[in-house]
Amino acid sequence: MTQSQELTKADFVSEGDVKWCPGCGDYAILSSVQTVLPTLGIPKEKFCFVSGIGCSSRFPYYMDTYGFHTIHGRAPTVASGVKMANPDLSVWVVTGDGDGLSIGANHTVHMIRRNMDLKVLLFNNRIYGLTKGQYSPTSEKGKVTKTSVYGSIDNPLNPVAFAIASGATFAARTNAANPKHMQEILKAAADHKGTAFVEILQNCNIFNDGAFAKYLDKETKAEENLILEEGKPLLFNNDTQGIVMSLEGSHPSLIVEEVNATDTSVSVTGKKFLVHDPKNEDHTLSYLISQLGVSLEATPTAMGVLRAVRKPTYDEVLYEQEAQAKAQRGVGILKKLIYSSDTWTVTEESEAAGV
Amino acid sequence: MVTQEKPKETLSSVTIRFVGDSGDGMQLTGTQFTNTSALFGNDTSTYPNFPAEIRAPQGTLAGVSGFQIHFSSNNIHTAGDHLDVLVAMNPAAFKTNINDLRQNGILIINEDAFSASNLKKAGFKEDEDVFSKYLNKFRIYKVPITKMTLGALDGLDMMAKAKERCKNMFALGLTYWIYSRSLDPTLEWLESKFGKKPDLFESNVRALKAGYNYGNTTEIFQNTYEVPKAKIVPGVYRNITGNQAISLGFVAASELVGKPLFIGSYPITPATEILQELSMYKNFGVKTFQAEDEIAGIGSAIGAAFAGQLAITTTSGPGIALKSEFMNLAVITELPVVIADIQRGGPSTGLPTKTEQTDLLQVLYGRNGESPIPVVAARSPSDCFLAAIEACRIAIEYMTPVVILSDTQIAIGSEPWKLPDLETLKPIHTRIHEDIDTFAPYRRNDDLARQWALPGTPGCEHTIGGLEKENITGKVNLSAEVHEEMVKIRAAKVKGIADKLPPLEVYGEQSGDLLFLGWGSTYGAIRTAADELLASGYKVGQVHLRHINPLPNDLGEIFSRFKHIVVPELNSGQLLMILRAKFLIDIKGINQVNTKPFAVSDLVSRAKELIGDK
Repeated sequence: MTQSQELTKADFVSEGDVKWCPGCGDYAILSSVQTVLPTLGIPKEKFCFVSGIGCSSRFPYYMDTYGFHTIHGRAPTVASGVKMANPDLSVWVVTGDGDGLSIGANHTVHMIRRNMDLKVLLFNNRIYGLTKGQYSPTSEKGKVTKTSVYGSIDNPLNPVAFAIASGATFAARTNAANPKHMQEILKAAADHKGTAFVEILQNCNIFNDGAFAKYLDKETKAEENLILEEGKPLLFNNDTQGIVMSLEGSHPSLIVEEVNATDTSVSVTGKKFLVHDPKNEDHTLSYLISQLGVSLEATPTAMGVLRAVRKPTYDEVLYEQEAQAKAQRGVGILKKLIYSSDTWTVTEESEAAGV
Repeated sequence: MVTQEKPKETLSSVTIRFVGDSGDGMQLTGTQFTNTSALFGNDTSTYPNFPAEIRAPQGTLAGVSGFQIHFSSNNIHTAGDHLDVLVAMNPAAFKTNINDLRQNGILIINEDAFSASNLKKAGFKEDEDVFSKYLNKFRIYKVPITKMTLGALDGLDMMAKAKERCKNMFALGLTYWIYSRSLDPTLEWLESKFGKKPDLFESNVRALKAGYNYGNTTEIFQNTYEVPKAKIVPGVYRNITGNQAISLGFVAASELVGKPLFIGSYPITPATEILQELSMYKNFGVKTFQAEDEIAGIGSAIGAAFAGQLAITTTSGPGIALKSEFMNLAVITELPVVIADIQRGGPSTGLPTKTEQTDLLQVLYGRNGESPIPVVAARSPSDCFLAAIEACRIAIEYMTPVVILSDTQIAIGSEPWKLPDLETLKPIHTRIHEDIDTFAPYRRNDDLARQWALPGTPGCEHTIGGLEKENITGKVNLSAEVHEEMVKIRAAKVKGIADKLPPLEVYGEQSGDLLFLGWGSTYGAIRTAADELLASGYKVGQVHLRHINPLPNDLGEIFSRFKHIVVPELNSGQLLMILRAKFLIDIKGINQVNTKPFAVSDLVSRAKELIGDK
């Protein structure tokens, strides 16, 4: 089980049966994770998968790694504890749109702002599946479900925008129906040091079938997906359209413009169309890009790594502080600590003397 | 210092309470008096009492803050029922505390603060003579503390406000004179605190000495008093609060386990000091995580426990309510997590700075499903040290969450602590497992404690979680038979802890008329009541429980030796209910839920009533 032995996908497949509904998008995610892990050069025993509650959160049972199926919404807290206790581990949080953004949204924010070194896979199917079909915090407004019979009146949350606004050092979006892209993103997330937040669009064929069909249909696929690549201009629809920054008044916004083959200022130099720069210190543009196709209608949805900057992680700094304290004050000695305050000695004589 | 000869009277025991505005420095004054008395050789016991508001409007009843100290030439166990001395810095402090002063007790008031406006703020009439009805009841000393302090600081280049703030030192100096205490410990402390700020050092020293000299030179005090050293067991001592002792206990336990300490907590009164205290001990490998909420506090602790650290979370009753779901996860995953509940007044936000023992049923039963959790309780400030170690021992050796109960009175109260011989503390054995061939996540030893295979151990990969599971393999299994078996195993494991506990200690008579059975902070009051009854010839005994779940196996046999069993609790009868249900005997309760510790006299008179003619 050491690093020298070649790991394969089969090493990460657990014995038991997988119990998701046939046709569920989760199968593809499980398979992709099991494909990517052996390529990371990390010994198998160093992986730990922590989940909350929901369909997505059954994930650890299907992985032959260390795993912890915790309680609803709280996976980031347990995962943070695991990581702080043993920073050698590669700790993954598996959650869903209900688990991570409704009951557990608070913990998601704090995990991200601390930049705890955790890989976060948020399965977004825009529905509560395990409780059989109620609207979730990512369900579209007007959605009719068992608990929104007249249509949902909640405003939906954009998971990637939520992560970037919380200070994410890594935020990405991918689609479970596109395993090749998903595996690239999973690899990038695994390689990132810090909280790596990945929204995975995932179809629930029982309670919300076709939620992301527009990204897959032959007809609409090209105009709905904006595939992000670092250093490349934001072009889509077979490079016939691109994203430019509009500054009408003082209001920055992203809009679509046609690529004109004769326009010399186009593309390569990226003077007109925005060039993707996920490593920029400032997250404003990443935030705007996260809005594409979600809050900004009539634009494609950005798929790929929106943001990837290296900043100190909570666990790194925690151990640095500990090392500093030991260097400055010396490794703690319990007896000294207990005797550290004002002490006085009562002897047999002073007892006898007793004034 | 020249001391004029005034008659000196020897007393065995004195209780003083300093009261003033929450900004008047009463906690500090009381702490200094305590340290000085402890260093002198008295036994001491203290009880601070302060409002939930940091600074309520000045001079109002809501803003009164107090510190009570009981010092004695005997061994004492409580902060005292009635006051011998009340030092009141303003009318509000006078009004809210005067009823606790004993007949013929000493009342010292800061005359300068009894202005028309302050009297009004305290709810008196502006021109009311508030002392007239007490003239024959107390020995009243009206001292112009503010004026005298300002006078002593004359010539110092400081704002008048800053000068006035030194008046607590004047009051302290005056009480030092009355009780023949040395100024040296406080002078040394001022040196260490203000050594680098000459103005503050000089002003506080001057005020302290002025108070002392005022007592010495004025004619109003007829005599001084002396409380001789107590006959104390030889050893090295320090003064300690419960929250300090519990923190040190956790650090000690971490050494005994051989695993680093992890604390995941969220600030909450009165538990916050534990997180603060432990955050200073990074050089011991202690990791403190101030989580985003109570839930994340215990969640991170459970994660750290899964990954192999000695994990704790600290809170009070409202936090227990929030942590309950996670406590249950620790029950079903059988992970060692210690949950410290420093109880306060409830329900809801309740009375954040006041003491109660009202969380017992909550920690025992406040969760869904059948969810046994061992519960231990600390009996006094210094006892928190050993109680914390015992909680950690049970958690680690039995692979289970454990609740340790303390309360406001213990947490912020202090007493001298005879420092333990660390070599006598027994190592705590873990269930760490690394052998692939014999590994199964829920394989158990004779104590039913499961194996603890830490992430990172090659070949022992496994998943645990909140769903019901099979014994040994730990595989998810929701069948009827498996569930019933697991419910029984979890219960048997906790029950089995009692089989290895040492026999209970019965203090006083080993059989007789009445047995006091208590737990937690009532220990001192019950012990003092028992001593008084024993001294008057009553056949009483006292058992004070460390372990509340499981209850010790020999408790029933001890009950059978006494005619009456009495359970004093600062709640409406929580342990009482459990004991009556378990033993089916007519155990009586003495119950009080009025934010105050028991008065010894109440316990004594209630016991006498029950016993009747001896």
